[in-house]
Amino acid sequence: MPKLSYLKALNRALGDELEADERVFVLGEDVRVAASNLTAGLFGRFGPERVLDTPLSEQAFTNFATGAALAGMRPVIEFQIPSLLFLVFEQIANQAHKLSLMSGGQCKVPVTYVVPGSGSRTGWAGQHSDHPYSLFAHVGVKTVVPATPADAYGLLLSAIRDDDPVVVFAPSGALGFRDDVDFSTLAPVPLGVGRVARAGSDVTVVALGHLVQDAIAVADELAGEASIEVFDPRTVYPLDVEGLAASVARTRRLVVIDDSNRTSGFGAEVLAVAAERFELDAPPRRVTRPDGAVLPFALALDRAVQPGRDDLVAAIRGVLGRNAK
Amino acid sequence: MTSIDLYRTVRLIRRFEERAIEFVRSGEIVGGIHPYVGQEAIAAGVCAALRADDLITSTHRGHGHVLAKGVNPARMFAELMGRESGLNKGRGGSMHAADFSLGILGANAIVGAAGSIATGAAWAQRRLGKSTVAATFFGDGAVNEGMLLEAFNLAALWNVPVLFVCENNGYATTMPVDSAVAGSITGRAKAFGMPAFTIDGQDPEKVLAATTAAVERARAGKGPTFLECTTYRFDAHHTFEHRARLNYRSNEELAAGWSRDPVEIQGARLSLDDRAAVDTEIEALLDAAAGIALGSAHPDPDAALQYLYASPEVFS
Ligand SMILES: Cc1ncc(C[n+]2csc(CCOP(=O)(O)OP(=O)(O)O)c2C)c(N)n1
Repeated sequence: MPKLSYLKALNRALGDELEADERVFVLGEDVRVAASNLTAGLFGRFGPERVLDTPLSEQAFTNFATGAALAGMRPVIEFQIPSLLFLVFEQIANQAHKLSLMSGGQCKVPVTYVVPGSGSRTGWAGQHSDHPYSLFAHVGVKTVVPATPADAYGLLLSAIRDDDPVVVFAPSGALGFRDDVDFSTLAPVPLGVGRVARAGSDVTVVALGHLVQDAIAVADELAGEASIEVFDPRTVYPLDVEGLAASVARTRRLVVIDDSNRTSGFGAEVLAVAAERFELDAPPRRVTRPDGAVLPFALALDRAVQPGRDDLVAAIRGVLGRNAK
Repeated sequence: MTSIDLYRTVRLIRRFEERAIEFVRSGEIVGGIHPYVGQEAIAAGVCAALRADDLITSTHRGHGHVLAKGVNPARMFAELMGRESGLNKGRGGSMHAADFSLGILGANAIVGAAGSIATGAAWAQRRLGKSTVAATFFGDGAVNEGMLLEAFNLAALWNVPVLFVCENNGYATTMPVDSAVAGSITGRAKAFGMPAFTIDGQDPEKVLAATTAAVERARAGKGPTFLECTTYRFDAHHTFEHRARLNYRSNEELAAGWSRDPVEIQGARLSLDDRAAVDTEIEALLDAAAGIALGSAHPDPDAALQYLYASPEVFS
């Protein structure tokens, strides 16, 4: 079977949607030459009216996309770095997201925001390494973090076809991930539906994006010790609570690994859902970045702040009632 | 567009606003509003130059813009009163009034935000093969917002058929324009290669003439125009201002403002009989509108988050 990389899958989804729907267009910084490779080949195929190189004007072009969406188009914005989302949080959370309700259902705002290279970018330090998906989930913007090439393809397709704003976080740690994929099976993946990435019966590990691979590796490593299920929610918001409930009903133990800050983060949300809805045999645990963390530059420090496999192993042993070694 | 039509619009806006202020005082309208009293000539003149299918975006001070674009006053009153029959079904209120069927993409409560939305919408309309233009209203306070300046750049760069209409009423809340704007307001636009004019924003006919030229230019594919309309806000920044007892304008200044009342300026162009006939017509229209609004239903609290998503099916 041919190999497909995660980044190439996003590129393919974008190309397929540009092909399928005249109303779709891409805009962003350096998308013409595809500086990040997300838009590779698209300018040549679709031209300047559909692949729109923007000046450095994030706030204006984010609202520009909203205006274009109100007028009937389906814009896809590429953001070069995750922290640009802080600059345009107003335009997404306070404008695009609110217009449907505030207008009494008169309009829809089908804009997709893609960040190819979210989270630690290895050596890019404090202002380039955030992973702010929890912020968007908190305000109710549909938020997607695909883990595999097939999901990257299918979730981006669904995001573009969705009638609401959707933020797609593509972790930099996942972009190079390659998988055997039968291209004929590539298909939209619905928002809000998680998947069991690895089946098991003793503990459920919830992981997102690049951390799904880490969780599977840890599960394999601990296979002789415990049977670990890895649940990948795929979308942070809306969260697949039913899918998670089904997994936890089997395992009765829960650990979340989440590459964002601890307080009010995605991990905290999953634990809150568990406290409200699930019966557990042990208190759940979360493995996250520290409270309010800023990623330091030196590689050892960067890694020390990110949730890692060792932390995950310790948390799993903790919920299993065994001491971390 | 005749003199009488322009008079009808300014008079409609004036009396709508005066009645809305009364409804705030009597408690029928909960929450504050930002009265447009004194600035009516701008909305009337600009919207008179637009076609029905042209687009507008508006501001926190937006009642005049949407009325001039053709909104039904009964539905606007109902929106201000939070009724189900309101323009936005009571979900938007004064600062978010929208009527997509009339090309009104919404008032916007974030100063400077709507200019980029209008630019994107106008660009998209052209891409979709339409000959429409968009006009976006904002105050003198907005010209210091970076996002609006970014929008000027995009609009000029890409020849977008959009009109930037600055309503310079001398103040951003209490901040006088001279203390806030370095350089000049039109200089902001000229720096991006856009034609920019300062016009008398108290005279509806002058606003109409300037806007007509700008609309023609935009439709001809020549890009955006910037109109700085000098005006004066006769009333408070918003209806809570009297509680705060803010003191930033002298009585002499207020009297000078009222001496150039757009309703009088346009009214003077009509015969007394015509003017009286329009006034009577507007009172009857607004009586009926207020009655309809007051008689209409409040939204069901169970539906408080209806319309949150355009595609709600993923949320069970
Ligand atoms: C970005 C932003 N900053 C501040 C406010 C609070 N605010 C609302 S209206 C206003 C003054 C706006 O002045 P101007 O743009 O001149 O319009 P005017 O009120 O005079 O019509 C301010 C500061 C806001 N709504 N948005």
